[in-house]
Amino acid sequence: MALAVELRQVVKHYRRGKEMVEVLSGLDLAVPEGEFLAIMGPSGSGKTTVLNLIGGLDRANSGSVTVCGERIDSLNGAGLARWRSRHVGFIFQFYNLMPGLSAERNVELPLLLTHLSRAERKAHVDIALEVVGLSDRRRHKPSELSGGQQQRIAIARALVADPTLLICDEPTGDLDRQTADEILVLLQTLNRRQGKTIVMVTHDQKAADYASRQVHVDKGMLIAPEDRP
Amino acid sequence: MKYIPLVWSGLWRKRTRTILTFASIVVAFLLFGLLQGVNAAFGVGVQSSRLDRLYVQSRVSFTDPLPMGHLAQIQTVKGIDGISYANWFGGYYQDQKNFVFSYPVEAETYFALYPEIRIPPEQLQALLKTRTGALVGSELARKFGWKIGDKVPLKSQIWTHPDGTSDWVFDIVGIFDWPGDANQSRAFYFNHTYFDEGRAFGKGTVGWYIVHLADVTKGPEVGKAIDALFANSPNETKTQNEKESTQAFLRQFGDINFIVSSIIGAVFFTLLFLTGNTMMQSIRERLPEFAILKTLGFTDGAVLALVLAESLLLCLTAALIGLGLAALMFPYLKAFVGVLSLPLQVVSLGGGLAVLLALVIGGIPALKAKKLVIVDSLRGQ
Repeated sequence: MALAVELRQVVKHYRRGKEMVEVLSGLDLAVPEGEFLAIMGPSGSGKTTVLNLIGGLDRANSGSVTVCGERIDSLNGAGLARWRSRHVGFIFQFYNLMPGLSAERNVELPLLLTHLSRAERKAHVDIALEVVGLSDRRRHKPSELSGGQQQRIAIARALVADPTLLICDEPTGDLDRQTADEILVLLQTLNRRQGKTIVMVTHDQKAADYASRQVHVDKGMLIAPEDRP
Repeated sequence: MKYIPLVWSGLWRKRTRTILTFASIVVAFLLFGLLQGVNAAFGVGVQSSRLDRLYVQSRVSFTDPLPMGHLAQIQTVKGIDGISYANWFGGYYQDQKNFVFSYPVEAETYFALYPEIRIPPEQLQALLKTRTGALVGSELARKFGWKIGDKVPLKSQIWTHPDGTSDWVFDIVGIFDWPGDANQSRAFYFNHTYFDEGRAFGKGTVGWYIVHLADVTKGPEVGKAIDALFANSPNETKTQNEKESTQAFLRQFGDINFIVSSIIGAVFFTLLFLTGNTMMQSIRERLPEFAILKTLGFTDGAVLALVLAESLLLCLTAALIGLGLAALMFPYLKAFVGVLSLPLQVVSLGGGLAVLLALVIGGIPALKAKKLVIVDSLRGQ
């Protein structure tokens, strides 16, 4: 099966004051198309950094990052932005919706970067809201929605441009168990029925159990299941 | 167009703050519209001044009279093909607040020097034949409801009769127009002979002479020649072209342009700091939102354009409302500035200033939003 994500010998370090902190030390990761992968690990292990590199939000210091068939580590800023708009949908722990916009306007945001007409954008938004079951909340502002509903709107926004890859950073971290399960079922459905490749970072083992595969990151390296403490 | 809801929502993120900022820009541009409009109205007189007319007045002050005997000597200067004279009357109608720009003039020669004044020939003849006759501007006639045949009393703030009274009665014999200059259409002209015979003091003097040049390019030479005639005499003269003379006259009230520019400058400088600071604060608070837009695929340039568009929308809308209010108020100021509507050049200048203001106050926040690093902003750093 073709790979949706391939990280090879990726090194990433940050400068913290005068000190250089290495977050990833030659990490390798391959995610086949259509997989639902959960990345787990303790705080500061580098799992969010892996997610940022896959999503083209950050750059590796060395190594190669190939996502959706493209070496994104060689793209410039504008090229990377355009690539993100075409290939990746993002879902964050705190939803990150635009507070001044209604649910449907939030969902429409990624489509503003396309050449779709107003009517076509509306049609796409209608479908995305239908998929997450919030068609009746389309005119509500984020502050008028519950946490679970806001996360569903965020998922609709991530889906609306029909990306091949969904990047989820602790998508249930701010939700109660029942709502979290509903969101995870929705992600699982998107993966199984629509074939979306999903890479999810989570602390929560129950959340990770919804994924088709789990990997653990510690001290900047992937850890084999048998080496886990 | 599709980005307007996004720009609009960013603008109204903090409703109260935006309303206050908006109101301060509206007030600033209202002030700008009114002051600059007044300034432009004053400037109309200067702009429409002609270079083929010279004004000869006392070197000391334009309120200092010149002897009527100067007339014959000035006529000897080469390059002159017309001369007349006039005085400042300082009249008002019924109440001092009804000030009237009134001038006793040498009617036979005066109007030939002013082809801009549109007056039917029979009305001019009537003035020449009627000792107490007066020609009134159309705006002035409209203001007081005067018509030909009316007998109109004016009081003078300066000129009294030998019996100490200052009431002067005139018969309106004509109504003139001065196209393109409403101020001039509010003037009141009457015979100098009537004035000279009736006044208690200053007989045989004039306020200033008006000289018409045969060749407009010879103004400086003719002016020097006239002033040389009276050098070292008790009544030295200062000769200027009409533009210089009008400017000098306006300066009697203060340098309007300087005053207006100073006030507007101070207002906009303050506005720049206040609005700029508010804009910076607004953008700083929304950096995570801009990071999200970048995450979704908006380029650095697109984010920069969104912030600038927000700034432009705020400044331009507020400026247009401010200028609109000024335009609505302008007709009520007509009695003061003499112009019925806010000059178009003021509206254009205001629009340009609003764009400049928007770019200055939006520029730094826009660059900040453009340069933000997504992962840092999402982490709240």
